[in-house]
Amino acid sequence: MGRYILKRLLSAIPVLLGITVIVFLIMAMIPGDPATAILGSYATPENVAKLNRDLGLDKPLVQRYFIWLGNMLTGDFGRSFSLNRPALDEIVERFSATLVLAGTSFVLCSLLGILAGVVSAARQYGLADKAITFVVLIGISVPSFFLGMMMILLFAVNLRWLPVSGMYAIYGGGDLPDLLRHLAMPALALAAVATGVIARLSRSAMLEVLRQDYIRTARAKGVPERRVLMGHALRAAMVSIIPVLGIQAGFVLSGAVYIELVFQWPGVGRMLVDAILKRDIILVQGGVVFVAACYVLFNIAVDVAQSLLDPRIKT
Amino acid sequence: MSAFLRLLFRNRLAALGAVVLGAILLLVLAIPLLPLPDPDVIATADRFQPPFSEGHLLGTDHLGRDLLSRLLYGTRLSLAVGVVAALIAASIGSAIGIIAGYFGGRIDNIIMRGVDMLMAFPYILLALAIVAALGPGLLNALIAVAAVNIPFFARNIRGITAGLAQREFIDAARLAGLGHTRIILQELFPNVLPVIVIAMSTTVGWMILETAGLSFLGLGSQPPQADLGSMLGEARAALISAPHTSFVPGVMIFLIVMSVNLLGDGIRDALDPRLKSGALSRPLPMTQVRRRGDVPPATDDLLAIQHLETQFHVGKRIYRAVNRVSLAVKPGECLGVIGESGSGKSVTALSVMGLVSSPPGVITGGAVRLEGEDLLGAKYETLRAKRGEKVAYIFQDPLATLHPLYKVGHQLAEAIQVHHKPSDREARARALDLLKSVRMPNAESRLDNYPHEMSGGMRQRVGIAMALANDPEVIIADEPTTALDVTVQAQILALLDDLRRERGLAIVFITHDFGVVAQLCDSVAVMYAGRIVEQGPTDTVLNAPAHPYTKRLIACVPELGGGQRELAAIPGLPPVVDNLPEGCAFAPRCDKARDECRRGDIPLDGQAPRAVRCLFPEEPVT
Ligand code: SF4
Repeated sequence: MGRYILKRLLSAIPVLLGITVIVFLIMAMIPGDPATAILGSYATPENVAKLNRDLGLDKPLVQRYFIWLGNMLTGDFGRSFSLNRPALDEIVERFSATLVLAGTSFVLCSLLGILAGVVSAARQYGLADKAITFVVLIGISVPSFFLGMMMILLFAVNLRWLPVSGMYAIYGGGDLPDLLRHLAMPALALAAVATGVIARLSRSAMLEVLRQDYIRTARAKGVPERRVLMGHALRAAMVSIIPVLGIQAGFVLSGAVYIELVFQWPGVGRMLVDAILKRDIILVQGGVVFVAACYVLFNIAVDVAQSLLDPRIKT
Repeated sequence: MSAFLRLLFRNRLAALGAVVLGAILLLVLAIPLLPLPDPDVIATADRFQPPFSEGHLLGTDHLGRDLLSRLLYGTRLSLAVGVVAALIAASIGSAIGIIAGYFGGRIDNIIMRGVDMLMAFPYILLALAIVAALGPGLLNALIAVAAVNIPFFARNIRGITAGLAQREFIDAARLAGLGHTRIILQELFPNVLPVIVIAMSTTVGWMILETAGLSFLGLGSQPPQADLGSMLGEARAALISAPHTSFVPGVMIFLIVMSVNLLGDGIRDALDPRLKSGALSRPLPMTQVRRRGDVPPATDDLLAIQHLETQFHVGKRIYRAVNRVSLAVKPGECLGVIGESGSGKSVTALSVMGLVSSPPGVITGGAVRLEGEDLLGAKYETLRAKRGEKVAYIFQDPLATLHPLYKVGHQLAEAIQVHHKPSDREARARALDLLKSVRMPNAESRLDNYPHEMSGGMRQRVGIAMALANDPEVIIADEPTTALDVTVQAQILALLDDLRRERGLAIVFITHDFGVVAQLCDSVAVMYAGRIVEQGPTDTVLNAPAHPYTKRLIACVPELGGGQRELAAIPGLPPVVDNLPEGCAFAPRCDKARDECRRGDIPLDGQAPRAVRCLFPEEPVT
């Protein structure tokens, strides 16, 4: 197992390098004088000169890339001009807030989605199946940002159950119950679409598995139906569900950008949008590379989980 | 194509999607004809008018602009942007995919590496990076959304193309000296196009949503131009005071995405043949029983199958897989049931413990009695308690019938634990004993193997060990040796025979091989088209077959217990059991058939234990 993890980590290196190349190339598309474009309204002559020095913007493209890469590898993501602080500090701080939100959503959508899918398959064409199918259809069609806004209207404005926005109350907050109260709506709104997708997939994966001969064997042994479903069938279905969880994690992370805006969550998505509007390119490219790299590592974890589940995968 | 459309619209939800989307498209196309106010005329005095107010059907927004007008113009813009993005992504992505798939090798490798890297990003990061570089704006948002969807098309189309590029017609074109460009455009592209269209129809909803999302973030369309996303984004500030300004664009996005999704699902379902046949149904925990007619009275046999009727109901068609079959075994007896595939022998076997997949299987008559108790009328829990405990199964092809993700030891222990309450350690010890009793080599270490780590013979031994786990009274073996080579087969048969003698097991042995029957069974029943056509003690049937079909079957076995065992030597095919001819089902393949054979019901006649269902038997059976 240790060797397998190492192997997967090594194979991630070219992907990570590829990500930096892609981001670098996209940023190289910026029209006009890069330093001025990057600095935008912060472009004083000193700043332009400093940036040109820092990034070696006068040097050839390839050389510039390696300087940038080398700096990142030593933990230097450059300095955000709009916030006047090291980009990496800001990114890490904001990303941890996003992790709280997206992580909660991911756990929610995995659990709810798989549960709904299993129930739906077990009661195929029954009332529960139809109800779930209907809710799932709505769930995957509502844009998460609209759903979030409607939730605010209902739960925060009309029912006054939950706070409208933010991560903590401004006065007297900061503890775990306070965080959970702030987290409830955004996490649910963010989880909705992924829950629907996972539920659909789990349902069809379960139906596929339930037709297999080894399920008949389990029944022939006298295994109780509940255990056939939640043990034999679900375990086999997880082999096709887990890769989709990995993909959906990417969608949850993407959706977080909208949800963070709707709920004023201080996450990395809102940071990126603000940075784009302020033309703070250093912060954007650092943030994109950082988050994408984390996602690549997460997908390795998904692969490892898959290999733990399925002994047929060669480790 | 029209069959496809009919299929699509039989799906009511897909039809609903088509209607909603059609209505939206119509409204948008009719914009020039409608008496709409200018969507950009600001009238601050009229701000936040509620819906249904004078002159403003849907009210006004924060600048007093007419919401209905803005909604329709915004919808048009959103749809246009989404569709254009889809077209761009589809053309560039497909071009890349076709090139990679057609040329293969190094080119393919390099291109797909790049595609994989693009797909390593959560999609919005890439879109944000592109917008960051190009600057906010609707055109740039469109480019960004198209760009992040290119890898999806590239990968899909590459797969299809790589498959097509191997085909003869491409080779032929190459040999004919056509250039690459001509081959791609004239031979490949027309074949790939349908796939591109389907991929587009399933992603266009996403792209509409993604561009709306970027506009919502303020990175897409810039005021005064507004698509649905930026309308929603602007309305957000007044969410609490004037919720209708959010509601109007939000619901429209929802309707568009939902109708596109419904339509896309419908298209996918209509194209997926598995869903048409209803094969993706979940088999219930036990076969459905809907008996008509009387339940036959109890006998003193250990296991008695009495006038069993099992059918498959697929749509309006009814397949009579098992038609009034009666069989019985006493302790220590071995009964062979023989027939070609499709003769109903396996369905008979599975009916005993309610293991016929249902839907579509239904037991419509007869009884299955274990020690006199009718199992077909039993509740699930009663039946379950007997499965594996009293009546156990050995199946064909243990690679498919053993769970691939559980260790063999675990599967054996579980067979015991679902009926008894041994500790894990006891169960494991018992599992080891079982493996030893089926003469598994290195039994101890095999416990921790997965099925895929074993040979076919070993897996079948595990299957037998599992059947023996609870010392059942009856074992039903459904072609347990078909997948094995001759030596292993002989070993397994000898093993079963020993177990029968040692433990007094009753065995029902389902096979298509008379050689196996001769080796193992006391008596034999021959099935054809769902019915028993001959039965009797094995020796008598083998030496003096009465039914022409039995005689042919025996003639097909050159040497008992070895050699070629296929039944292919009988001309013709067994009939499909959904529409049997009147009279003898074997008549079309029988050279003794006369007109009488094609009339009326031919009874299973004779003096017990011999019986034959034939008007002109080869041997008298009275
Ligand atoms: S009944 Fe007639 S057709 Fe049928 S097997 Fe006998 S002889 Fe042949």
